Amino acid sequence: MNLDPLLLSRLQFVWVIAWHILLPATTVGLASYIALLEGMYFFGGRAVYLRIATFWTRIFSVTFGMGVVSGIVMPFQFGTNWSRYAYATANITSPMLGYEGLTAFFLEASFLGILLFGRKLVPPWVHFMSAVIVAMGTLFSSFWILVVNSWMQTPAGYRIQDGRFFPVDWLAIIFNPSFPTRLGHTVVGFYITTAFVVLSVAGWYLRRERFVPEARRMMSATLWLLLVLVPVQIFLGDASGLVTRAEQPAKLAAIESRWDTQSRVPLTLFAIPDEAAAANRFAIDVPVLGSLILTHSLDGTVKGLKDFPREDWPPVAIPFFAFRIMVGVGLLMLAIVVVGNLLRRRDRVFSHPLFLLACQFAAPLGYIAVLAGWTTTEVGRQPWTVYGLLRTADSVSPSLTGWDVLISLAGYMVAYGVIFPGGAFVLSRIVRGGPMEVDVPEPVESGRPQSPVRPIPPEGAAT
Amino acid sequence: MSPPLDFVPVWTLILGLGVFFYVLLDGFDLGVGILHRFAPDAEARNLMISSLAPIWDGNETWLVLGVVGLMAAFPLAFAIIIPAVYFPIVIMLLSLIFRGVAFEFRFRDAPHRGFWDHGFATGSLIATFAQGVVLGAFIQGFQTDGRSFTGGSLDCFTPFSILTGICLVFGYALIGAGWLVLKTEGALQQRARRWGRNAFIGVCLAVLVVSIWTPLMETDIRDRWFGWPNTLLLAPVPVITALIAWATWRALNDPASHVGVFLGAIGLFAMSYIGIGISLFPMIVPHRFTLWEAASDPSTQAFLLVGTLVLLPVILVYTGWSYWVFRGKVRGDFGYH
Ligand code: HDD
Ligand code: HEM
Ligand code: HEM
Repeated sequence: MNLDPLLLSRLQFVWVIAWHILLPATTVGLASYIALLEGMYFFGGRAVYLRIATFWTRIFSVTFGMGVVSGIVMPFQFGTNWSRYAYATANITSPMLGYEGLTAFFLEASFLGILLFGRKLVPPWVHFMSAVIVAMGTLFSSFWILVVNSWMQTPAGYRIQDGRFFPVDWLAIIFNPSFPTRLGHTVVGFYITTAFVVLSVAGWYLRRERFVPEARRMMSATLWLLLVLVPVQIFLGDASGLVTRAEQPAKLAAIESRWDTQSRVPLTLFAIPDEAAAANRFAIDVPVLGSLILTHSLDGTVKGLKDFPREDWPPVAIPFFAFRIMVGVGLLMLAIVVVGNLLRRRDRVFSHPLFLLACQFAAPLGYIAVLAGWTTTEVGRQPWTVYGLLRTADSVSPSLTGWDVLISLAGYMVAYGVIFPGGAFVLSRIVRGGPMEVDVPEPVESGRPQSPVRPIPPEGAAT
Repeated sequence: MSPPLDFVPVWTLILGLGVFFYVLLDGFDLGVGILHRFAPDAEARNLMISSLAPIWDGNETWLVLGVVGLMAAFPLAFAIIIPAVYFPIVIMLLSLIFRGVAFEFRFRDAPHRGFWDHGFATGSLIATFAQGVVLGAFIQGFQTDGRSFTGGSLDCFTPFSILTGICLVFGYALIGAGWLVLKTEGALQQRARRWGRNAFIGVCLAVLVVSIWTPLMETDIRDRWFGWPNTLLLAPVPVITALIAWATWRALNDPASHVGVFLGAIGLFAMSYIGIGISLFPMIVPHRFTLWEAASDPSTQAFLLVGTLVLLPVILVYTGWSYWVFRGKVRGDFGYH
């Protein structure tokens, strides 16, 4: 059998990062939400916010734990499977990863301990501040890791010597062309993802008429938030597209499945891209709309793939469809949010059975959009790891054999195949248990809980 | 091009300290995991895990700092060593996954608690062993050509690296027992002392064998240890180690001592660590590349150093504070007090 260590290493990277990203997509948003709820309780003193906060903190602690263990795998990938990439780019990318550890991971880890187990051990304001600091940590982490990824997409501030990158201008490296839009679009995407999870849980409780006061508050606040964030996200997505057109024209051509350079290009809603023939089959086009969206003018020019050497073409079908899935989900989200806020004006939002059902099933939407968006971005960058400069084929560790990577990939598949379903099971139990009464006495010197992590009571006991 | 300033010594120090912190902190953490399977009952198992729950994440973060720090300060070493120890690393990561999720899952998923407890104990054991294999392979060095590793992915498994793997299991078990003596009382503490005595004997035997084997195997190291006047200069290392070992044994047997075992284990780790450092300095890829040859661009080292010098002390302060919040014994009726 002829096993290709390059292909297998790519599959392995996709496997571990795709699972990992689901957890930041949850924890970045939840951390901020919990900080907000803790703040409402701290300043307003209403117990309902405390119940909601502790409920989501239970969910957070599970997802965060899984985020940590799946995250530790990630920096090691650079060494085990992408050692030539690591050696070539380390001068530039590794300080960013270093700062991520120093500014984010330690902060999150230490204050998470206080947030989860310290409510009775520290004064209330310290507990509240811990929630805020954990939320800041998740945002710092997103900042630095997205610097690395954006630099790989749109490298800047470097010089090349002996086949390696050397830093010239750190500010140009950090604020590389695609970084600001990517940071905004990704973090807002994470907030939206979390918000739809909250909406879904609230919708389910309301349909079952359980935990009604908590569920109403969750749903109401989330709908307001989404009313702002979903349009903002669409705007930021549009801005990302403009950057892609300027910086990575081959990727944009793949996303839009454009083969010939043209002005007044149509928008292809659907097609089956045929790479061998360099043409679209079964295309459904809207005239001129493509130029309008991509260039913000009616007769803007969009480059086609035929302008690029064949060996520099990214795959076309994957970015093309992934992008359409993301945008489709974005529009669907917009519809749900608009309907929800219209129902609110007629006071039916908490009781309309169809709307509640839609909310309940909306939980995966954010995850689908996030994965589709990243797939667009990363597959569209191929065949490069550092766009235009370092090929993926030249990035892989030279010593690995196909069997080595096959075995490790199988290991990751089995391990993730156990812990992710395990995590889903644990999370569903927490959701079924629902928000429950929390007793918060004054800070005490002893009489602390028997074990810092307590099992949730059996279902139904907590209504 | 001659760099304006040489940052290599300070990065060597920072990275050395970072890895040492990792070994101590995740060492007791993994050690408690190794001992977990010997716990007599459910109550003891809960206590052992509760003593770690608020801090394990921070402990593991030092591992992230270590690997990223190696990439940042000595990228050539990173690009050679990590692929060379491919399987020990993969095995370690998979084990850490199982043991990490167990903290949450075992409490919230009572029906499968036995399964997650096994994951915790076995994951801790295998992760430790894999780290020991990495250490052994590192001391033996790697086959390279130019600037890449050219050996096979199974080269790192040698009798010597298997031995260092076993060695580390005893070492982490000892410091884990020290942590339990510190954090528990009564019957469980008694048990921890017994576990500690067994681990201690294992550690002593293993260190002895490694110390004899290493100079027999590596001529560079033999010349360094036994060349004159080095023997005289290095003589304090084994002497101090022996003294610390004696003190640790006493603490293990003295019911009034709560923190002695833990401190003794730290001392033993520190001395072994210094021993390895003396044997290998200034190589970062043993036999091949020195720290200076493997270093990253001075501009990179300077850029990260600025933040590290500010942030690392802050991290130490708030990490220390979070340990302080959870100070005292874990107890069956109260938890922390
Ligand atoms: C935009 C967000 C984002 C992205 C793209 C990534 N991560 Fe991540 N990562 C986080 C956001 C995050 C986080 C929010 O900070 C996490 C998730 C949950 C958590 O515990 O912290 C985290 C955890 C986490 C950890 C564990 C930290 C700890 O010990 O506390 C490591 C080592 C990494 N990540 C490393 C990576 C690497 C090397 C990535 C890319 C290849 C990566 N992450 C992609
Ligand atoms: C956050 C979510 C992310 C997702 C879902 C993701 C997904 C992907 C996918 C699908 C590929 C494969 C492209 C292909 O091989 O066809 C890829 C490649 C790659 N990504 Fe990302 N990525 C993410 C973040 C990052 C970040 C933050 C970095 C760097 C710090 C990164 C570094 C790489 C590298 C080095 C490759 C090349 C290896 C390969 O081609 O498989 N990725 N990623
Ligand atoms: C309908 C509106 C949307 C548009 C027009 C849009 C547009 C884009 C564009 C142009 C990119 C960059 C691809 C590249 O690198 O060239 C992108 C990436 C991405 N999108 Fe969207 N998007 C939309 C909705 C969403 C939604 C709703 C989410 C998630 C909730 C999302 C998540 C992402 C993510 C995670 C990425 C990868 C990171 C990045 O490159 O910024 N997008 N999107």
